[in-house]
Amino acid sequence: MQRLTRLLLGAATLALASPVLAEDSSDPIVIPIHNWSSQIVMSNVVGQIFEGMGNSVEYVSTDSQAVYEAVRLGDATLELEVWEGAFGASFRAAVEKGGIHDVTTHNAVTREDWWYPMWTKEACPGLPDWQALNECAALFATPETGEKGRFLGGPVDWLKHDQEKVDALGMNFVVVNAGSAAALWAEIAAAEKDKTPIVLFNWTPNFAEAVWPGEFVNFPEWVEGCDKDPAVGPIPDKVYDCGNPANGYLKIAAWDGMKDKWPGAYAALQKVNFTNAQIAEMAKLVDIDGMEPEDAATAWLEANEAVWTSWTE
Amino acid sequence: MMATTLPQPPFRLDQKRIAQAILLAALVLVVFRGVLPAGLVRLPGALVLPFADWINAGFDFARDDLGLMTFTRAFSDVVEFCLDVTANLLYGKSRWPHVGPIPWVVIAATAGMAGYALGGLRLGVLAGGTFVWIAVMGQWKWAMETLSVIVVAVPFSVIFGLLMGVLAWRYRMAERILNPILNIAQSLPHFAYMIPVVVFIGVGPKAGAIVTIIFSVPPMIRMSLLGLRAVSPEIIESGKMSGTTRLQLMTRVRLPAARTEILIGVNQVIMQSLAMVVLASFIGMPGLGQKLLQLLQGLKIGLSVEIGVTIVLLAIVLDRLSKAWALKQPEHVEGSWLRRHRVLAVWLGLVALGFVAAWSHPYFAEVERKQALSMAGPVDAVVGGFIDLIDPVTDWLRWFLITWVLIPLRNAFLWLPTTAVLLALVGVGWRIGGWRSALVCLAFALPIALSGWWDRAMITAYTVFVAVALALMIGVPLGLLGAANETRARRFLLVCDTAQTFPSFIYLIPVIMLFGVNDVAVIAAVMVFATVPIVRYTIEGLRSIPPEIVESAQMSGASAGQLLRHVKLPLAVPTLVVGANQSIMFALFMVIIAAFIGTQDLGQEMQRALSSTDVGKGLVLGLAVAFMGLMADHLLLKWARNHEAAMGR
Repeated sequence: MQRLTRLLLGAATLALASPVLAEDSSDPIVIPIHNWSSQIVMSNVVGQIFEGMGNSVEYVSTDSQAVYEAVRLGDATLELEVWEGAFGASFRAAVEKGGIHDVTTHNAVTREDWWYPMWTKEACPGLPDWQALNECAALFATPETGEKGRFLGGPVDWLKHDQEKVDALGMNFVVVNAGSAAALWAEIAAAEKDKTPIVLFNWTPNFAEAVWPGEFVNFPEWVEGCDKDPAVGPIPDKVYDCGNPANGYLKIAAWDGMKDKWPGAYAALQKVNFTNAQIAEMAKLVDIDGMEPEDAATAWLEANEAVWTSWTE
Repeated sequence: MMATTLPQPPFRLDQKRIAQAILLAALVLVVFRGVLPAGLVRLPGALVLPFADWINAGFDFARDDLGLMTFTRAFSDVVEFCLDVTANLLYGKSRWPHVGPIPWVVIAATAGMAGYALGGLRLGVLAGGTFVWIAVMGQWKWAMETLSVIVVAVPFSVIFGLLMGVLAWRYRMAERILNPILNIAQSLPHFAYMIPVVVFIGVGPKAGAIVTIIFSVPPMIRMSLLGLRAVSPEIIESGKMSGTTRLQLMTRVRLPAARTEILIGVNQVIMQSLAMVVLASFIGMPGLGQKLLQLLQGLKIGLSVEIGVTIVLLAIVLDRLSKAWALKQPEHVEGSWLRRHRVLAVWLGLVALGFVAAWSHPYFAEVERKQALSMAGPVDAVVGGFIDLIDPVTDWLRWFLITWVLIPLRNAFLWLPTTAVLLALVGVGWRIGGWRSALVCLAFALPIALSGWWDRAMITAYTVFVAVALALMIGVPLGLLGAANETRARRFLLVCDTAQTFPSFIYLIPVIMLFGVNDVAVIAAVMVFATVPIVRYTIEGLRSIPPEIVESAQMSGASAGQLLRHVKLPLAVPTLVVGANQSIMFALFMVIIAAFIGTQDLGQEMQRALSSTDVGKGLVLGLAVAFMGLMADHLLLKWARNHEAAMGR
């Protein structure tokens, strides 16, 4: 009992003292990491910047959708890559519940859509136009899709509405959903061996663009409401008769309590900003050069001091 | 044999007739499918019961009204405290007691000495060598992250399992309740466990530890119950005569007497924990599994194989160590302290030496990734070469299988009327085990139909059916080959052990590269996994045939082929059936994991349920898979028992 009282007293003193001193708490800042390399390296980069400022940092591996709930509850402190297309819904839902907020937006833009590696263009020169793609549909035929071309979509739980797009634009394609991102990469790697034409779901920024140069398919441009209102978009009676937004946001989100607990780190976080090229570079250090994420982060910080030193002031 | 001395029991005939009638009715339903009312082809929507909503309501009630959340959070806090301690000791996470990390040389020396003490020089070299491998391959931190969780999960699981085992042994009622729960728990796909854990515990190392505990506890319960049952009454009697209290009787007499079974239970717990290493990383378990998934995401096959080898080595070492511990009987040595504690003294010396080495050169404290050896290059080259080599064949094979085998078969499975399938299962059940088995089949199959996941369940059934059929075609000849002599049998069994513990995620990638995202890839992946138990049980079945029988057949002039066809195989059939049963279980587990290739079956929905943390849906899907497995299990084992009884063994 006595011990508990002492603890409570201690906590109370700390709580009283900290706003006055405005010093960062000595508790570790918990940075969540996911299963793709640019996010892991970026987390390590920011983590090492925080450590340079005297904070202690811990990394915890979490699911990329469930993380917003963890940040909201303070179990994790921040999230450095909030993709509009992939995580926008989870993020907005968490913001509505409270506890998490939008800190800043990277200069990098994100795009997720139908994509093909460059060798596909040799077989179907009209690309990247979607109508040209449709005329080449037979090139993409597989035993299970018969006459029609195969579009390899991401896992169903990514909810990308590819089937709706095929229906709306009347395309000669069948959507086959891969079960994981790794399955997508394995398919590209296999297609590369004999330069088989392939069209599949992909996104940027991503390490794949450095390994396999390629382009997005140009669909009718995204217009707000094209996914809900049949009148919007080129086909008058269909929804999803358009591509995905070509410049989605990439945000940084943080736990509401971070501002008070680690004011110094929070101030730095507000200035953190990466571009597509920088993110691709981080991914490349790991995926192509084979470095460990921690070492890649250190290397990136050394090579790009001009970029980040101003953030810590 | 005369008919008068051994009359054919009359009900036997009836059982056969009734079964035939039921199967005929099922056939009629199939033949007249075209004119059947829609409600018989697929159960009408009104009959589909919202099981998932009920389960979710139950979970919400437990969480919000019963306050189960406070309990689970309290438990997970205890687990987290233990995890922090082991994390600090093993890889130096900044937590109390702030003494770690222990240098790798010290841990390797400790493992080596433990191996030596329990199983002699060979085991010592194996155990020490494994940790040296981990260190020089630069995987130390990841392996320690994994071990820091396992070291916590295993004791929890053992204690919990022992307590439940004692409870089941003491109270009949507890056993009756536990038994079906254990049956279902052991056939439930791993992902189904994880969703409730995410809801109640969250994600992170503690969630990984808790899901490992849940997954590994059932065999411990079973083995401790078995052990306590087997204690001979004489031992109890002598314990009572020495005037023990009931508690003393349990702790000093019963449990020590059941030592061997309990330690085999511990061994099973360890094996199950290692099987969870990769899967638990989906909900935040750090270490080897997480690294493996990251590497696969970048198609780094060679590096993931290195991690796979480490997981297999750890499994083999821990398996051998715990088995050696189970077999070792306590011994008593006379003499001075040094003589009595020779091993302990050597170990202390090595530990001191290790600390000095680590202090004098950082290489002996931690091998950095830059200094690490790697065999990833050659492995990648081999895998790439293999894919290039068989690529021309696979193109044709893929086209042939998809167009002529898989698509027709899959359509046929989906075309069958639900009622016909249910009736046929009842008929098969009746044929094998009378009305009881018929009822068991119906009790397992009907809920799947009522859950509304029938079509997806049929796709799962089709995948498992094709994969197990192929596995039998490959596995039985391999097993025959392996059983030829003792050395070869041992080698084959070692390969089986390795293939079973090797993380299955790794071969998903080469399989996709070979076949693409389609059913052929899924079935190939499932088949690889399902072949292992068939090879194993074929070898075991042939080895267990009494040599007298083989000799007498040889003496009556049977050729090698005749010996195999007429003597060995018929005698090995019951064991083979058990193997096929295991194979179906393995296939059902793997088919869920194959959702990461891309499927349209229960596994795909399970993956979706995990990412949206839908407990009810996940459990319904999991139970559908478990019920399919349990039904196959019931039918095959019943059949094997009948067959054995008929052969008089």
